[in-house]
Amino acid sequence: MSVLVFAENWDGKFKKITHELVSYASGIAELTGGVVNVLSIGKVEEDELTGLGRFGAEKIWKVEGDEVAFLDNRVFASVLAEAVEKTGSRTVVLAHNNTGKAVAPCLSARLKAALGASVVALPESHNPFVVKKKVFNGNAFARVALNTEMRVLTLMQNSYGLHEREKQPEILDFVPGKAEKPAIRVEEVRKQTGKILLADADIVVSGGRGMKGPENWTMLEELAGVLNAATACSRPVSDEGWRPHSEHTGQTGKIIAPSLYIAVGISGAIQHVAGVRGSKYIVAINKDPDAPIFEVADYGIVGDAFKVVPEFTRAVEEVKKS
Amino acid sequence: MKIAVCLSHVPDTTTRIRFVDNNRRLDTNGVQWIINPWDELALTRALEIKESSGGRVEKVTVVHVGRAGADPTLRKAMAIGADNAIRVDADPADAFSVASHLAAALRQESFDLILCGIESSDYNNSAVGGMLAELLSVTSVSAVSGLEPADDGWLLHRDIDGGVEKIVASSPLVAIVQKGIAREPRIPSMRGIMMAKQKPLQVVPGVEVNPLTEYLGFEIPAPKPPCRKLDPEQVKELAGLLHKEAKVI
Ligand SMILES: Cc1cc2nc3c(=O)[nH]c(=O)nc-3n(C[C@H](O)[C@H](O)[C@H](O)COP(=O)(O)OP(=O)(O)OC[C@H]3O[C@@H](n4cnc5c(N)ncnc54)[C@H](O)[C@@H]3O)c2cc1C
Ligand SMILES: Nc1ncnc2c1ncn2[C@@H]1O[C@H](COP(=O)(O)O)[C@@H](O)[C@H]1O
Repeated sequence: MSVLVFAENWDGKFKKITHELVSYASGIAELTGGVVNVLSIGKVEEDELTGLGRFGAEKIWKVEGDEVAFLDNRVFASVLAEAVEKTGSRTVVLAHNNTGKAVAPCLSARLKAALGASVVALPESHNPFVVKKKVFNGNAFARVALNTEMRVLTLMQNSYGLHEREKQPEILDFVPGKAEKPAIRVEEVRKQTGKILLADADIVVSGGRGMKGPENWTMLEELAGVLNAATACSRPVSDEGWRPHSEHTGQTGKIIAPSLYIAVGISGAIQHVAGVRGSKYIVAINKDPDAPIFEVADYGIVGDAFKVVPEFTRAVEEVKKS
Repeated sequence: MKIAVCLSHVPDTTTRIRFVDNNRRLDTNGVQWIINPWDELALTRALEIKESSGGRVEKVTVVHVGRAGADPTLRKAMAIGADNAIRVDADPADAFSVASHLAAALRQESFDLILCGIESSDYNNSAVGGMLAELLSVTSVSAVSGLEPADDGWLLHRDIDGGVEKIVASSPLVAIVQKGIAREPRIPSMRGIMMAKQKPLQVVPGVEVNPLTEYLGFEIPAPKPPCRKLDPEQVKELAGLLHKEAKVI
């Protein structure tokens, strides 16, 4: 009962999430038997492809044609469905990110395969196939039985982690013959460059209304610079236009799970916490000792951000030097 | 042109989540039900498009799969400005069954645009929109943060990692929307509330469909150990703890 991983790339490279997906698929293959297949969409460097062997990939199929030049949900779903057939896979694994969320439900409906969305762990059993998934914005988890022979899973980032199971992967071309025709046209792509992306960042420095105004973000950017971190913010901050909308984290913004999330001048409203509670460690800097952010933080400093942050930046610099 | 907006009905975002029946069912005691935040924004955008269309958009219909308990939510949507509501009278057993019920109901009329939210804030599946599109054999675009009518269909902004794409898609289209689609959700006016009473809320039966998944039970995550609170003077200690104990810097 083989497993198929959907691997997207970013400018020809894979990210940690891709390695996590392959690790997770290998974990499933151990449970159900079968081979770990990867479907790599678009042009990817050769050593990136072979690198997936470290996490247990055995067969890597690459599709590089025009049909996958940009994301069209139905086209991608049809290509994946064909790959499922070709590889005899019973389980398909995608990331619970923008692309995965777009493609997985289409594939699920196309194959009449049960969808396990936002899963956070290996299935507890495979017959029945029972997964654990995030519900109620991380305030709870559900155990869900996927009652079909075929199933589609989307994995939450940073939930399973990396597990090495060295394999020598075979790299094969896959030319889909049954792809749907693209029905959308991408007119323009605007990408910010140079900055660490919030979605990828291992450390995130985030500011809330307690920062008082956009002019005070220099302080947070300096801290982020020292930590090699991305910057983020609470919703009112982006609503006010102090920071770009792309930095808004929370239930209605980006949901992130870095190793370290530093919340400065953020009260910790339930909707904010919903977007960051998957972080491995949370540090809060807030002058109110009763702020709810301290209920989810691992470490906290009760004090004035304007005094604490610059000193903390210096302290981090010291630690980094040592 | 006609626009449909799929509304999911969810506990208010501040609800303290608890379970009953041996952790098999949500404790709905005292829960306030709201329109799923994304769907509220989708409805707002649909109304804006209708109002600036110079009559080209003839109506905005809201559709829901669920029992009569959701009728006040549908009335609220009509008070905000939707022209009519359809409720498929069936249990929303899982995403696939909801999508199947919606597909059957929406097939009755030719909608040029169907809007869904990126996820329901209860089961966090991000599934219904894409499944619905596939069941209708219609194109879908997900992570939509901007939407307007164009000559030959729709002009969309789609969020990608660290950027945005401008996309043109033809009708019919399922657009799965997220932050940015509208600025603030509209709230019903007094006049809207009065008018909503006269607007049609049609109840239709569901179709035969077997859910593909089954929720077996729920668990609340174990509480975190209490926060290590330090004084403002202890920034060095904090940096040290993050380095030595947490090993994250
Ligand atoms: C449907 C819905 C969805 C929502 N989605 C989101 C979401 O996705 N993300 C989100 O963030 N919010 C969201 N919200 C809003 C949320 O409820 C809160 O209003 C918001 O998170 C508060 O932002 P804040 O913590 O920056 O501001 P505040 O709550 O005003 O907190 C400011 C904090 O700064 C502290 N402070 C002030 N001065 C200083 C100082 N000098 N030094 C240190 N600390 C200081 C204060 O003690 C306070 O704790 C949503 C709300 C609703 C209703
Ligand atoms: N019971 C329902 N009735 C109508 N639309 C729904 C229902 N459940 C979900 N939706 C739509 O599907 C979107 C995604 O929901 P979900 O797949 O449950 O995360 C929501 O934002 C709604 O637009």
